[in-house]
Amino acid sequence: MTPVLRCENLRKSFRGNLVLDDLTLDVAEHEVVALIGASGSGKSTLLRCVNLLEQIDDGLIHLDGEHITDPRVDPDGVRRKIGIVFQAYNLFPHMTVLDNITLAPTRVHRRARTEAREQAMAWLGRVGLADKAGEYPDRLSGGQQQRVAIVRALVNSPRLLLLDEVTSALDPELVGEVLTMIRELKGEGMTMVLATHEMGFARQVADRVVFLDGGRVLEQGPPEQVFGAPQQPRTQQFLRRIVEAGRL
Amino acid sequence: MTGSVLPPAATARAPWQPSAVERGRMAYRRRRAIFSVLIAAVSTAVVGVLLTVAVTGAPGWDRVKASFLDWDVAKESLPEILHGLVLNLELLVFCAIGALAVGLVVAILRTLRGPVAFPVRAIATGYTYAFRGVPLIIVLYVMTLGVPGLRLQGMPSTLVLGGVALVITYGAYLAEVFRAGIESIHPSQIAAARSLGLTYRQAMRHVVLPQAVRRVAPPLLNDTVALQKDVGLVSLAGPIDAVRAAQIQVAETYNFTPYIVAGVLFVLLALPLIGVTDWVTLRAARRQGARG
Ligand SMILES: Nc1ncnc2c1ncn2[C@@H]1O[C@H](COP(=O)(O)OP(=O)(O)OP(=O)(O)O)[C@@H](O)[C@H]1O
Ligand SMILES: [Mg+2]
Repeated sequence: MTPVLRCENLRKSFRGNLVLDDLTLDVAEHEVVALIGASGSGKSTLLRCVNLLEQIDDGLIHLDGEHITDPRVDPDGVRRKIGIVFQAYNLFPHMTVLDNITLAPTRVHRRARTEAREQAMAWLGRVGLADKAGEYPDRLSGGQQQRVAIVRALVNSPRLLLLDEVTSALDPELVGEVLTMIRELKGEGMTMVLATHEMGFARQVADRVVFLDGGRVLEQGPPEQVFGAPQQPRTQQFLRRIVEAGRL
Repeated sequence: MTGSVLPPAATARAPWQPSAVERGRMAYRRRRAIFSVLIAAVSTAVVGVLLTVAVTGAPGWDRVKASFLDWDVAKESLPEILHGLVLNLELLVFCAIGALAVGLVVAILRTLRGPVAFPVRAIATGYTYAFRGVPLIIVLYVMTLGVPGLRLQGMPSTLVLGGVALVITYGAYLAEVFRAGIESIHPSQIAAARSLGLTYRQAMRHVVLPQAVRRVAPPLLNDTVALQKDVGLVSLAGPIDAVRAAQIQVAETYNFTPYIVAGVLFVLLALPLIGVTDWVTLRAARRQGARG
C-alpha cells in the first residue's frame, strides 16, 4: 500500500542555516506519527514543507503517491488535502468561531453556506464548544481556541492532519481537552503527524515516535522502544534532559 | 495566585461582599476622582479668566472686534458662504470616495508578486512616490490650467479636473496607509489561510484586507479630515467654495468677519468626522487591549 505521506531526502536551509538535511520519512494510512526533538531541530519546518508553505531545497514529497513538490503542481490543490494546525493558534481574529470554520468549506470547496454551518455546528458540539460559535477568538481560552483551530482543519476532510505543538501553550487541564480530541480522531482512523514537546502526549497517541536531530531522523520506533530503550546517545541525552525537566 | 487576604470561605458561601480592603480602595478612588474634577474646574476657570482679561484688555481689542467679529456682517455673509460650503461638501464626498478607492487599489497592486506583475508594481510604486512628493497646489494647477490646454474632445469641467487632482494626490497618501495596514497583518495569518486551501486572492480578500482596513481606519479618517480642508483649494482654479466666498465678502465689506464665519463652519463640519475618528480609534484600542 502506498504511504499517505512519503518524504525522501528532504533538504531545507534558511540563509545558510541547514535545518533539514537528507530527511526521509514515510507515514502510512491511519498512522499517527509524533515528531520529537530539541527546539530548533526542524519539526515545524518539516510540517510547513509538507504543506508547501516552505519551498524545499532538494528531495521529494509524495502525498498519496502524487509528487507534490513538482513545481507544476497547484499548491492550493495540495493544501486542500492537508489540514494543518499551527503552534500559535492562527485563528482569524476578525471572524467568529463559526465563520473561521466555514470559510474554507464555503470559499474553497464551494459548499452551500447552510450545509457548511450545520457541519461546523456538529463538530463544535462534539468538542463541547457549541455555545461559542458566535464568539470571537480572543474571547476563548487557549484550549478552546486550539480545538476550534483543529475543527477548522477537519471540516475540509483532509487526508492528512499536521499538528504543530497544539498543546504547547496550554495548562495541563486544557492539554487534556485537546488530547481527548486527538485520541478520538485517531480512533476514527485519521492519519496524523504531530510535532510535540509533550512526551507523555506522544507516548499516549503515537503509533510511532520519530526523533529529529541534525536535520534527519536519528531514531524512530514505537513509543515504548524510543522512550524505554533509546539506542542513540543523542536520543538518550535528549530524553534524560526532558526527564530532568519533569516533562516525561 | 498570590496569598489571599480573606480567610477561606465557609461551607455555605454568602454572596460576595466587598472586603474591608476593597471598600477602602473604592473609597480612595472615589476621593481621588472628586478631587481631580475639582482641580480641573478650578484650573479651567483660572485659565479662562486670564485669557479673557488678556484679550479684551489688549489695547487694540476694540478695533479687532469691529473688523473680525461684526455680528451684522456675519449674518449678511452667511448665505453666500453656506452656498460655497455646499461645493466643499460635494467635493469632499466624491474626492474621499475616489481617494479611498484609488488608495486601496494601489496598495493591493503594490503587494502583488511574481514577474508578470512587475510593471504594475513599478507603476503603483512610482505613483505613490511621485504624488506624495509633489505639492497639491502644483497638481491642481497642472490639472485645471494645463490639461484643458490640450483641447481634447469632451474635456471635463474645471471642477471635475480639480477633484481629480485631489483624488490622485490623496490617493497616494491613502495607498501608503492601506499598505502599512496590509503589512501589519502577521504572515502567519496568510499562512493559516493558505493552509486551508484559500488562494492568494481569497486570503487577501477574506483574511488580510478586513483586518488591515480595520486597523488603519483611524489614520484613514484622519486623512479624510485633512482632505476636507484641502478641497477648498479647488477655488484657486475658479469654482467658488466657502473660503473663496468669504474672501469675496471681505472684499465687499472691508471687514474680516466672513473669514471667521467660514472658519467656524469648517470646524462644525469637521466635528462629526473627528468624533467618528475618535470613536473608531478608541474602539480599535479597546479591541487590541482586550487580550494583550
Ligand atoms: N522563516 C524562517 N526564516 C529563517 N529561519 C527559519 C525560519 N523558520 C525556521 N527557521 C530556523 O529553522 C530552524 C528550525 O526551526 P523550526 O521552527 O522548524 O524548529 P522546531 O523544531 O519546530 O522548534 P520548536 O520546538 O522550538 O518549535 C531554527 O533554527 C529556526 O531559526
Ligand atoms: Mg516548532
